[in-house]
Amino acid sequence: MNDAERTSIREFISRHAGDAAIDDEEDLFATGRVNSLFAVQLVMWVERTFGTPIEGADLDFANIRSVSAIAAFIDRKNAAVPRSA
Amino acid sequence: MKRVGVVGAGTMGIGVSEVFAARAYDVVLVDVADRALERARSEIARNARMMPLLRPGIPHPEPDEVVGRVRFTTDLTELKTAGYVVENVTERWETKRDLYPRLDELCPDGVVFGVNTSAIPITRVAALTHRPGAVVGTHFMNPAPLKPTVEVIRGFHTSDDTVARTTGLLASAGKDAVVVRDSPGFVTNRVMMLTVNEAVFLLHEGVATAGDIDRLFRECFGHSMGPLATADLIGLDTVLLSLEVLYDNLNEPKYRPCTLLRQMVDAGLLGRKTGRGFHPYETTT
Repeated sequence: MNDAERTSIREFISRHAGDAAIDDEEDLFATGRVNSLFAVQLVMWVERTFGTPIEGADLDFANIRSVSAIAAFIDRKNAAVPRSA
Repeated sequence: MKRVGVVGAGTMGIGVSEVFAARAYDVVLVDVADRALERARSEIARNARMMPLLRPGIPHPEPDEVVGRVRFTTDLTELKTAGYVVENVTERWETKRDLYPRLDELCPDGVVFGVNTSAIPITRVAALTHRPGAVVGTHFMNPAPLKPTVEVIRGFHTSDDTVARTTGLLASAGKDAVVVRDSPGFVTNRVMMLTVNEAVFLLHEGVATAGDIDRLFRECFGHSMGPLATADLIGLDTVLLSLEVLYDNLNEPKYRPCTLLRQMVDAGLLGRKTGRGFHPYETTT
């Protein structure tokens, strides 16, 4: 994942967390920065923005709990199924 | 009784349909608008897909299975075969006044009508029918599939049997019930709508930002969501209508809606369902 993509994740979350500065490692749900309903919006946004479906066993807070976790999840998925150029 | 009728495919009707369909009930979901039914279909599918995320560790039916148990229709007469009807139409007296006599005529005696309203007195709704003993308040919370408890309201004439059938049905769908007596707004919204309205006044007066108002409730009071985010979740149109119902029924000036709330509704900023209210949201359908 490139820096621009990582920044877009950070910005999306910040926009929904009162424009707060978000640390990449921060557990968004544990700190109460966002509520669990935001998880649904986050999943939908990641799917739409990165073209990466999050389904079945992947629908787990572990994959979306921080900026870094989301980036790592997308990288993992792209490595498994390379995106067509 | 394995068939539940749901009237009104707004936010609550969608959630209530999913609650019953996920527990293997056949659901007939009726709305006057095809568009609302299309939205309902995609939202039920999306919500069912997200349940493993939101309620991990327990089995969930496949989204297709949940959607497949719901019959989406604009034909009210399809409710004839339902054993229990939950009504979730717009929070307007005129809408309910037109609907209930028709439901009363359509549905066999003995079918219970659960009124899923935020504030309208159950006794008043029951008086629109010839079965006031079989009309009860079923105030589901939003999002219905995630909230464990329903506020059940006993109208003046509601029978013990109706209350027992209601709490039994809810239990079979995984919901607890707290039974209260009838009053405009019941327990929850007598308090909640005042709180939301006062928070809107604070925002309007520039005392604090929307983010800070909600943050104080989350971080100081331990609420999972602040009053303005709650209003966004309920829908600002519904909050306004509920305040108007409380104002009209209790004749209490303290329920006067803040002009900012009215203006936001006029401007189409209805909260989560339109992508913007006091906070921004992603539109998900």
